[in-house]
Amino acid sequence: MAGAAAGRALVSDEPLSFWGGYDHHSGEIIDRRHPLAGQNAAGRVLVLPYARGSSTTSAVLLEALRAGTAPAAILTTGTEPFFALAAIVADEMYGLSLPVVIVPLGAAADLRSGTSLRIERDGTIAIEDDSSSRGR
Amino acid sequence: MPPALSDRDRALLAGDHGPAAAMAMRVIVRMAEVLEAASFIDIVQAHIDSTVYVGEANLEFAERLAQGGGRVAVPTTLNVSGLDEHGWRAWSVPADWAEKARRQMVAYERMGCRPTWTCAPYQTEFAPHFGEQIAWGESNAVVFANSVIGARTERYPDLLDICAALTGRVPGFGLHLAENRRGQVVLRLADVPRDLQRQDSFYPVFGYLLGKVAGDRVPVIDGLEAAPGEDQLKALGAAAASSGNVGLFHIVGVTPEAPTLAAAVADANVDTVVVRPADLRAARAELTTAVGDGLDMVVLGSPHFSLAEFHRLAPLLEGRRHDRVRLLVTTSRAVAHLARQAGLLERLESFGGQVTVDTCILTSPMLPPEVRRLMTNSAKYAYYAPGLLGSQVVFGSLEDCVESARAGRVVRDDSLWQG
Repeated sequence: MAGAAAGRALVSDEPLSFWGGYDHHSGEIIDRRHPLAGQNAAGRVLVLPYARGSSTTSAVLLEALRAGTAPAAILTTGTEPFFALAAIVADEMYGLSLPVVIVPLGAAADLRSGTSLRIERDGTIAIEDDSSSRGR
Repeated sequence: MPPALSDRDRALLAGDHGPAAAMAMRVIVRMAEVLEAASFIDIVQAHIDSTVYVGEANLEFAERLAQGGGRVAVPTTLNVSGLDEHGWRAWSVPADWAEKARRQMVAYERMGCRPTWTCAPYQTEFAPHFGEQIAWGESNAVVFANSVIGARTERYPDLLDICAALTGRVPGFGLHLAENRRGQVVLRLADVPRDLQRQDSFYPVFGYLLGKVAGDRVPVIDGLEAAPGEDQLKALGAAAASSGNVGLFHIVGVTPEAPTLAAAVADANVDTVVVRPADLRAARAELTTAVGDGLDMVVLGSPHFSLAEFHRLAPLLEGRRHDRVRLLVTTSRAVAHLARQAGLLERLESFGGQVTVDTCILTSPMLPPEVRRLMTNSAKYAYYAPGLLGSQVVFGSLEDCVESARAGRVVRDDSLWQG
């Protein structure tokens, strides 16, 4: 799913179910068994291997997009229908854009939470120098 | 580039079948592009998980489709909603929330879906058959349809399921395709006593471990000596689809696509993980988050309780629950009706238990705030309740659950689990 976005990375190698895992009222990750529990993912570039479990993940992500509490972009290590579908429906319903981009497993492993990332319309991902980041 | 479109697909996109069908087909085509699907395929049935009321966006989506003349093109069943439609006032559901959840129910009914309102559609008369291509949402229903029945569905995200139902078309991807249905990891049971394998509570525990080990791979279970029943396989799949991305599992000698280990795996060199009793004990322990023996409610029925499970429960219901601990069973309206006719609900009610239909504690804000500590025999409830409800949870067998409701505190028989 194409689109431009920027934000600080929030990275985990654990998959996440948004249902029971993501509070669409706040953007907080609420799955207590997940390493990112308690972090807020609104406006961040969320990096996950894939979505775990429930079918309702796309419904929760659509709510978050409408409410403005969604991640700025989601990077996964494989095609993730649950995130892609929410992005397509958000575009159809509200004209909202959520880039969902596949990154190689090795590149995802090198990403660190807090790094400023910029995603271009063609899907390229730039790591912005911390000194040049705008304090987001 | 999307796969080749049929004349009917083009007519759908052009709006010949109305604006709802056109939007649904656009979503299907865009998904096919994302998935790089080689073709579209026809489905014979759908099960809609998008019925769960999550918020305004999902309601707006459902009403836009219903108002746009959406009409399902294939027989379509409905998953749980956000509301026990006729019984919600007995619980703590806010009235404004109930109104929106009900509007969402009405929107899906208007599109011609059958009001089954259950997360166990495979235990209704609408269950699919071996080899059929279907589009199902609800993770536990998907895994049962694929694994136990041998029907073919990918794990449908909410919102895509209704698009498939309105068009009868899906991208040919994932578990729809024979080449993606072979096992990618083998879990071999070693030294797991047969007595334990025959216990109902073995299956949710093993399922939870299965999901964690398998991740997004298709797992094959080897070395199971017991012959699991339908409700045991239901519990296994629901647990695995909660803790992992399992949309299909095979059990050698049990499930239809696994007559032998060789037939079930993609190639002879797949990883094998040995599962020992200590692994199962650790998994069982992880399903409990509560400390101490305090208890507010026992809840059964995720996935929805079957008639057979009501028959299993009834003889355990001697006496009456403790005043402090409520007992709730979640099921479908159809099964509740059958259980009523069979006299099984009277047994439950004389014990002091209650039934909720159409929904469950995870999808309806029905529990009063004083209910903080839950006990369940369902790994799915145990998995999701802490995150969704903020509750503390104890996992136990059906017998443990009833005994605890009677005692007013957590009571568990650990004898079969000891090493």
